[in-house]
Amino acid sequence: METLFFLIITLVAIVSAILVVTCKNPINSALSLIMTFFCLATYYVMLDAPFMAAVQVMVYAGAIMVLMVFTIMLLNIRVDATKKHSHKLIIGSIIGFFTFVNIVFVLIKSRAALPTGPYSGEMIKQIGHTELIGREIFTNFLLPFEVTSILLLVAIVGAVILAKKKI
Amino acid sequence: MENLNSYLIVSAVLFSIGTIGVLTRKNVIVMFMCIELMLNAVNLTFVAFSRHLGNLDGQVFVFFIMTVAAAEAAVGLALIIAFFNNKESIDVTDVNLMKW
Repeated sequence: METLFFLIITLVAIVSAILVVTCKNPINSALSLIMTFFCLATYYVMLDAPFMAAVQVMVYAGAIMVLMVFTIMLLNIRVDATKKHSHKLIIGSIIGFFTFVNIVFVLIKSRAALPTGPYSGEMIKQIGHTELIGREIFTNFLLPFEVTSILLLVAIVGAVILAKKKI
Repeated sequence: MENLNSYLIVSAVLFSIGTIGVLTRKNVIVMFMCIELMLNAVNLTFVAFSRHLGNLDGQVFVFFIMTVAAAEAAVGLALIIAFFNNKESIDVTDVNLMKW
């Protein structure tokens, strides 16, 4: 049952990812990308990471994609009817295909390490995923967390400066 | 729960589709969305390995990657709007000022 569910989600994720690349209109690409993000959130739930699924939906499907759709509407772009550059398409496809072959080759040749950490599925269900992530962030990863806030401040200032009339 | 390899294969497929999109499309916004797709494929790898190894460090990394992606989206879209105001286009082939 779960395998069937996994296959359905995989099919939807890959088809909508292909639609992101092939759609002529950017707004259709954006909607397909939102579909892919929801499929990834489903994967996170299946991997016992419900907090990551919630953050995925809120930050990616909520904040980032709203920003992107808003930009598409603000620019009011016409659908590009320019002619296709076939050589560019072929070269790009070949490079993408070799990327895939490379990753699959490494996956076949290698074997993942055995589980070493303390967090099993039962423990995550018992204590709660959000609490465990919070403990990790505010103990082991406190300095990166604070640096992240500085990064967000820089992004805010940069976006405001770039949005001015005269740069 | 599915085994680790199936998640890694899905992640590889999504990453390759994102690569093809960045290399073949000329619309800056679509290229940007393909970069987001690649970042998400890497996030899936992180979460799958984190679950497999029983170690939450990978999920904290996913958290930071999402923050970086949000900052990147804000600055990148501001850049696209500034470029559109100057050139009236969002085609990457129009960004040729530094081309030799």
